Amino acid sequence: MRMNGAQAVLESLKKEGVDLVFGYPGGVVLKLYDEIYKMKFPNILTGHEQGAVHAADGYARATGKVGVVIATSGPGAANLVTGIATANMDSVPLVCITGQVANHAIGKDSFQEVDVCGITTPITKHNYLVKNVNDVPRVIKEAFFIARTGRKAPVSIDIAADVFNAEIDFNYPDKINLRGYTDKNIGDEKSIDEIVTAVENCERPLIFIGGGVISSETSEDVREILNRLGCPSTSTLMGLGCIEPERAGYLGFAGMHGSYGANMAIQNCDLLLAIGMRFSDRVTGRVADFAPNAKIVHFEIDPAEVNKNIQVDYKVVGDLKWSLPLFKNKLNASKINFAEKFSAWKNQAVDEGKKHPFSFKSEGDVIKPGALISKISDLCDENTIAVTDVGQHQMWAAQFFKTKAPRQFLTSGGLGTMGFGLPAAMGAKLACPEKKVVLFTGDGSIMMNIQELATIADHDIDVKVVIVHNFILGMVGQWQRLFYSHHYSASELNLKRDFIKIAEAMGVRGYRLTKAEELETKLPEILNSQGAAVIDVYVPQDENVIPMVPGGKRLDQMVLN
Amino acid sequence: MEKYLLAVLVDNKPGVLTHVSGLISRRAFNIESISAGYTEEPSVTRINIVVSVESENELDQVVNQLGKLIDVIKIVNLSKVPSIARELVMIKVKASKEARADLVSVVDIFRAQIVDVTSENVIIELTGNQQKIDAICEVLSDYEIVEIARTGAIALSRGPVPVKKM
Repeated sequence: MRMNGAQAVLESLKKEGVDLVFGYPGGVVLKLYDEIYKMKFPNILTGHEQGAVHAADGYARATGKVGVVIATSGPGAANLVTGIATANMDSVPLVCITGQVANHAIGKDSFQEVDVCGITTPITKHNYLVKNVNDVPRVIKEAFFIARTGRKAPVSIDIAADVFNAEIDFNYPDKINLRGYTDKNIGDEKSIDEIVTAVENCERPLIFIGGGVISSETSEDVREILNRLGCPSTSTLMGLGCIEPERAGYLGFAGMHGSYGANMAIQNCDLLLAIGMRFSDRVTGRVADFAPNAKIVHFEIDPAEVNKNIQVDYKVVGDLKWSLPLFKNKLNASKINFAEKFSAWKNQAVDEGKKHPFSFKSEGDVIKPGALISKISDLCDENTIAVTDVGQHQMWAAQFFKTKAPRQFLTSGGLGTMGFGLPAAMGAKLACPEKKVVLFTGDGSIMMNIQELATIADHDIDVKVVIVHNFILGMVGQWQRLFYSHHYSASELNLKRDFIKIAEAMGVRGYRLTKAEELETKLPEILNSQGAAVIDVYVPQDENVIPMVPGGKRLDQMVLN
Repeated sequence: MEKYLLAVLVDNKPGVLTHVSGLISRRAFNIESISAGYTEEPSVTRINIVVSVESENELDQVVNQLGKLIDVIKIVNLSKVPSIARELVMIKVKASKEARADLVSVVDIFRAQIVDVTSENVIIELTGNQQKIDAICEVLSDYEIVEIARTGAIALSRGPVPVKKM
């Protein structure tokens, strides 16, 4: 079919099943937006390109589908960078389409020209500069294939402005032809037999799962393996929800602000089964002393992650969708009664954890962050998606919100991007309109993309924005309190801002909670009301996130109070 | 530090060299040299990289990270198989009348060639393995070297099997 390049882009997106894009128009994408207008292609106009890319990210995390964002050249593309890097660190599939200046203007420092491929190379799985309209269908087909297969990640497509106007005989390719890339991630089955033997011969195994279990949709396999083994288990921040919080032996998440029980179990186990995680410095503590008593097994799709941060004893390289069912079947075929064998160790690990559970002290009338988040958790079921920004509130949300299912807890784990929360929550709600979406944010983080309140108002996107308002950049303040002699340098926010007025000015209802009793009298009604709302909750300024593994310390050297 | 010569076959597309060199620098790998050129297949470029690593584990990291690049078709560590490595150097040396005879004898001993002569200088060209190139540079440092251009090492495996079939 004869059409122009802009139509070809949109037709290609349709072929990939894209039902919604997040984007912001500008000079070189005017032609593309003209076709979006004519085709009535669903586009959410955000307040900022960074909002658009985080929204696409939230959409992708909530569904597993590829999120799509569109921006113009130059500043539009540059504004995507933080969002692309955020998605890249957390292995979230995105396709980012940017306009580039026209072919004849490339390389001339033209108006609104930046080298998008140059900028995005370190933060994407792959990128393209499309200079010829005939490449449009192939490039888009490849981009989606690369983004959603293997280890998922963002792909950027930069399209020269004149390509949108050029004519093409549109044919969407059936086949991918990439010599250096395949979506077949099948490893060596013998490597799994070795793990089964290791499990049969160990005394104190621990299952440690990560975000890879969510992106490969293998949490059911993990749960069945846990049923069979009956051993203790833990997760990374990114893996929250794969294991049910009420499961016997589940110790909560591990790492810098993870649970005492999980961190102690890592140090005490003799076989650590790491599944779909990458030994980030936030979960290892001091690398040399990580899991010192354990043989380490790594189930991982990305060969470059194996032995990158932690040297492992066994590796199973391949898609978890391939390896975990095989592992499960082989365990089931074993004659050993694992659950009986590991039961004492499981009880020991659980009892150890009970010494220092996640907790907070109630003090008079004030609202403690732990109380706030526990209350909200009680008011929500597994049809709620909790989204966070970054900082203290993020860790409290991870500790006190009971995440029951995969894709129920969306957070910027790897990059730790303040400002991620509000747009990501918006994307998640648009992706899953039948679910309740609650954002936990802070008075620091919310300011980083607060313009998106206008977007959720304009599009009637029902997100409940809970600002854990402590009048300080809390995590910075905590480090300053603990390690910098209480020098609150550039972290205090005793300012005149009024989040209710900001919310109302943008078209969103605003509420303020300041007393503990209001968690009972006011919060449930607001949370269950229809439509977006900002809930500004005052909490004490000097509350620490506890426990904490200070930088450079072992996992069992936690600060506990 | 151990040196390894990697033959990296990549798609001959714009941006490939940026992807490869960008990866090497952002992962903080040490490279001694990198060179690229066309091959017997028009759609394939061959990049020859000499990496300098602390351990086999670090070498695995280089290979695995490079392997993740979509445009990379194949990576072979030619230091692990019988192979021939060569490098080309061109050296411009000041050559006064008095020094010229000496220079010619150095060139003969190394089986190098003089490829350009002016009243003030000569350009010497030499192909060989890295030690040989280092040696001539060392000897010529007694004369006044104006500039040096080296290609970095390229290599082929011995025997009938090409890298793409390894």
